[in-house]
Amino acid sequence: MTCKNHNCQCGGNAGQEFAELAPVLDKYAKVPGSLITILQKAQDIYGYLSIDAINYISECTGIKAAKIYGVATFYAQFRLQPVGKYLLMLCKGTACHVNGADMVEEAIVEHLGIKDGETTEDGLFTLNNVACLGCCSLAPVMMVKSAEADETYGNLTKDKVKAILDEIRAREA
Amino acid sequence: MKVVIGQGSCGIATGAKKTSNAFEQLVAEKGLTDVVIDKTGCIGTCYLEPIVDVYNDEGDLETRYVRVQPDKVAEIVEKHLIGKTPVEELAISDEDKNFLDQQQRVVLRNCGNINPEKIDEYIAVGGYEGLKKVVTSMTQDEVIQVIKDAGLRGRGGAGFPTWFKWNAAKQSPGTEKYMVCNADEGDPGAFMDRSVLEGDPHSLIEGMAIGGYAMGAIEGIVYVRAEYPLAIERLEIAMEQARERGFLGKNLFGTDFSFDMRIKAGAGAFVCGEETALIASLEGERGMPRLKPPFPAQKGYWQKPTNINNVETFANVPWIMTNGGEAFAAMGSEKSNGTKVFALAGKIKKGGLVEVPMGMTIREVIFGIGGGIKNDKKFKAVQLGGPSGGCVPEYLADTPVTYEDIATTGAIVGSGGMIVMDETTCMVDMARFFLDFTKKESCGKCNYCRIGTKRMLEILERITKGEGRDGDIELLEELAAKIKDGAMCGLGQTAPNPVLTTLKYFRNEYEDHIYNKKCTAGACKALIHYEITDKCVGCTKCARNCPVGAITGAVKQQHVIDTEKCIKCGKCEENCNFGAIVRK
Repeated sequence: MTCKNHNCQCGGNAGQEFAELAPVLDKYAKVPGSLITILQKAQDIYGYLSIDAINYISECTGIKAAKIYGVATFYAQFRLQPVGKYLLMLCKGTACHVNGADMVEEAIVEHLGIKDGETTEDGLFTLNNVACLGCCSLAPVMMVKSAEADETYGNLTKDKVKAILDEIRAREA
Repeated sequence: MKVVIGQGSCGIATGAKKTSNAFEQLVAEKGLTDVVIDKTGCIGTCYLEPIVDVYNDEGDLETRYVRVQPDKVAEIVEKHLIGKTPVEELAISDEDKNFLDQQQRVVLRNCGNINPEKIDEYIAVGGYEGLKKVVTSMTQDEVIQVIKDAGLRGRGGAGFPTWFKWNAAKQSPGTEKYMVCNADEGDPGAFMDRSVLEGDPHSLIEGMAIGGYAMGAIEGIVYVRAEYPLAIERLEIAMEQARERGFLGKNLFGTDFSFDMRIKAGAGAFVCGEETALIASLEGERGMPRLKPPFPAQKGYWQKPTNINNVETFANVPWIMTNGGEAFAAMGSEKSNGTKVFALAGKIKKGGLVEVPMGMTIREVIFGIGGGIKNDKKFKAVQLGGPSGGCVPEYLADTPVTYEDIATTGAIVGSGGMIVMDETTCMVDMARFFLDFTKKESCGKCNYCRIGTKRMLEILERITKGEGRDGDIELLEELAAKIKDGAMCGLGQTAPNPVLTTLKYFRNEYEDHIYNKKCTAGACKALIHYEITDKCVGCTKCARNCPVGAITGAVKQQHVIDTEKCIKCGKCEENCNFGAIVRK
């Protein structure tokens, strides 16, 4: 597999490393306004946007890497670091705030020893505070994202969230 | 018989999928070949999820079961599906029925009643008739006139007349025009758009196609937030089905009118609710607003005439086309016509989505439908309009919910988030919460918004930490006024609102924090301390659970907390079985 852009200097190497991304770029690289879509698909495949991935996308689309980096850092969805197997998306919306989201966060921080944006040493969990998951009547809420499924948990308490984390740990052990 | 399980995101979060699987398994095991298991969207009574409806063979709703966890499925299958006797103990109570009976459903007319993944069910309730009527028998101007007669105003927050926007886009020269739906629902605390997308996606498609016809658009684009994966999935299914039936695509109903749609997933930025920022994001750029004019109606997506409406606005349109503009205008108040969906959440007994005619009072919504405050605590305030809105105090709760009346309080109707607060919610902390949000979401283009919100947040953080100074309130007011004047877009212009409304109605709380170093709500950690009252029986549980050994006392004697050592973690309060530990 080679890089589609004939002007690029990668000699086809980058194309091999990002083989899974190639069909996405085939489809979107030349469609104006598709940068966000490309970045979303890339993140779906690799879990995050590495600098190499950004450079590769830049070579294939002709969009400057600096501009891609600008877009990637503007939106909350994009991550420039790898994430754990389970992404804990803790809702910090208004209803969750009023109903004790801070308390739930404290419990996670205490239990896993990671803060917002960090990943556990074993690479199992990453904690991400998000603006709103839209399940306000079940506040406080958390979504656990993994390759297999997105599970949402509502009406959380300190104990409940610890039990959820322990259950995942036990499953993975 | 048909068993329908509500499976919106919130239903699934409470276990609706597991309930559904349990039904499927048991019905198969028992060989009940005449029982169909189906799904529907969110009915709005989120506090009762998972909800299971059992329909008889004639298609009438026989019983609505609530809070059906998988362990209750066997009883329903055994007694109702096989024994034909409903299980009364698990059925919805009359009081909870009241939650739905008091509403008037236009936008949510099909949510929770039809399967969103089956177009035939939408067609069976009159779906796509409005579009057919419009495309085959009406002119563009006639459609716009009906929307004008209806008095439909934008449900995304600003309340701008919809007909005016459609007309402006129609009158713009050019043949390449776009109809855009803002489904980015950024207000943290509102979820009606998600509910419509998940529960009745065809009404959005039909509404957009009708609007597209009226303004002369060639394509519709739905900008959905990426945090709503289920909404995207169901909308994709619905669009595919609409294409198969000829409701989207080339030459609709054999006319010259062609209209197709696509989805563009947003990537998480509150500012993209602003029209020009949304357009920039659609074009793959950073979502930063630009100066208006030119308005999107003149120069929008790729510099072409573009119209943007919100999901709820579009969901009203098919109903208006089928029932007439007058019927819509007959609902609601004089200047705010129709209904509005509110997301009731926070310290409320019955949280969920409620749709009521405009003009109902805040109190009627919270107490009449929502059942009042959780744990019967005291109602303190309600937050309307999210980060751009404000907090309305209890004594103004008889204000009717209309665009005009809510504006007089300093809040806005906004997208319809209604977060209820009780005596344990600190209003300074709420203001801090919203400023923290807007500071993070400011795109950074205007200095006043970028730096001003940061400075305001720093002051609010200082106050909630007990480090407030004399003059802080005045400084907040000065900054608020300057940000309002100096910001280019709605985000910055409205960002100070949560601070201004709490200052207006709860100034004493700010003063208490600053001068007395007290948080009466007991929410600001730095300003509280724990005490053990004479209710203490000396069980030693608190002392054993204290992580820093701040609690001392002999067995069977009242314990004492050393406030110097105490880290205010609250573990003692959580663990006390006698309610002897109080936060002050």
